[in-house]
Amino acid sequence: MLRLALFASLLALPAAADEIWVTNEQDDTISVIDIDTLEVVRTIEVGERPRGITFSHDFSVVYVCASDSDTVQVIDPVTGEVLHELPSGEDPEQFALHPDDRHLYIANEDDAIATVVDTQTRTVVAQIDVGIEPEGMAVSPDGTIAITTSETTNMAHWIDTTTHELFANTLVDSRPRDANFSPDGSQLWVSAEIGGTVTAFNVSDQTELAKIHFEIPGVLADKIQPVGFEFTDDGKTVFAALGPSNHIAVINAETFAVEDYILVGRRVWHMAFDADKSQLFTTNGVSGDVTVIDVASRTPIKTIKVGRYPWAAAFRPTE
Amino acid sequence: MIYLTSLVAIIQREALRYVNQRERFIAALVRPLVWLLVFAAGFRAALGLSITPPYQTYITYEVYIVPGLCGMILLFNGMQSSLSLVYDREMGSMKVLLTAPLPRWWLLICKLIGGTVISILQVYTFLAIAWLYGIKVPWTGYLAALPALMIAGMMLGALGLALSSFVKQLENFAGVMNFVIFPMFFLSSALYPLWKMAEAGRVLHDICAANPFTQAVELIRFSLYRTGNPAALGWTVLATAVFLALAIWGYDPARGMTRKQG
Repeated sequence: MLRLALFASLLALPAAADEIWVTNEQDDTISVIDIDTLEVVRTIEVGERPRGITFSHDFSVVYVCASDSDTVQVIDPVTGEVLHELPSGEDPEQFALHPDDRHLYIANEDDAIATVVDTQTRTVVAQIDVGIEPEGMAVSPDGTIAITTSETTNMAHWIDTTTHELFANTLVDSRPRDANFSPDGSQLWVSAEIGGTVTAFNVSDQTELAKIHFEIPGVLADKIQPVGFEFTDDGKTVFAALGPSNHIAVINAETFAVEDYILVGRRVWHMAFDADKSQLFTTNGVSGDVTVIDVASRTPIKTIKVGRYPWAAAFRPTE
Repeated sequence: MIYLTSLVAIIQREALRYVNQRERFIAALVRPLVWLLVFAAGFRAALGLSITPPYQTYITYEVYIVPGLCGMILLFNGMQSSLSLVYDREMGSMKVLLTAPLPRWWLLICKLIGGTVISILQVYTFLAIAWLYGIKVPWTGYLAALPALMIAGMMLGALGLALSSFVKQLENFAGVMNFVIFPMFFLSSALYPLWKMAEAGRVLHDICAANPFTQAVELIRFSLYRTGNPAALGWTVLATAVFLALAIWGYDPARGMTRKQG
């Protein structure tokens, strides 16, 4: 009898599928997409103007930059409840979680500083003066270097994570938006929205390795505005969102050549992969949807309606 | 058995026409290819067209226009095949066909099937070229489109047959082309989505929606993307029945137009 009841309860439980969490900048919500059905299964209310989103390494909590609430919210991904808030400094836009799974590096767009927050003690560990309008944030895989890009100063600032001091500044093209280290930590890539380029730097001596330009037939050059981008696990390919050109560029990270352009929704900002990186989910700000790309064939499969102005996306496994 | 023999014979005759006139096969392909590679390239919509069913995501104009061009092949071939009937009539070979000891409606259906089979071969050749050009649909879509192409081909062929029974001479056929093919093609969803037409005007939209060619194109479009469209299927089948009935009536020696022509 008991066994039967157990079996019945197992049947009643919906099979949990992995999820993609998307912040909707204008709806103050998060849309949760079921990766199996490619449909929105949950909408969670959060603080004002949510942008950056990242999960803790064990996926027990999710951190969300509520930019206009001037806070980083810590949310239980199972219940969707806001557990507490972290002191983030003003207007947090993007952040990066240190490999120690404890320190958040936050870009404070309005204050020209980067804030380091200890997520356990919930205190600000350091505030670092950087260029004007810091936006992109990255921490190297070994945790020794943090990067912030400042949109108006047009620089990538290199921060020593032990001393919390700048040890280098490198000029990039106009309005740098996003920064990412290659999976092996040897390269730093920075996208420049107005400059229309992505620049790769050698991490050991901060020198420029390559500058990548984009060209889409039939699209005006000034519409090509690189923002968010992601490396594949092997570090051989980079997918870059090109803003109002409505395309994702596929870059060969070894030759720095652009191999493909994939059509997605209007004004694509950021993206997230699924577990095995076979699918890529892009947030299309103006059209208010998320396009799912089959990574192997580099073709868009489906576009899913989410809230207004989806901004960033993050992957959550459920098994 | 004789029914089947006649069907095979008529299909063979249609096929033979094509084998002997390879230029015609190529010419029939050039038309949609010019539309795809030149016209659609000009309207490329590199920033993507809005999502309308059956499409699941943003597409370029080239992707949109392909099912319409498949319809175009069927439309022109349907008309051309009936043109050959007018020719047959003038040359006298039609008498040989129509005096076969079989019901006339069966002969007409055979003729229709023969023409449609040839058209479908052309459509698949066109889809293969489009595939090479980078316009791909799910591979099962190519199979799912076969019945849709068959019905659409039969419908347009039946229309051609019905028209040919009313057209007396070969010369008049040019007029038919102008008054049937072009309005049918341009007042349809082949080149532009119906919602675009709705922006231009309600009446125009309604005319386009009622156009059997629109329904045939939508049937092909949905089936290429493995999506059902019962309304389009219903309209296309209904139009096929009406046109076929008209053609059979038109070719009926007792009642139809052929008698009046003596």
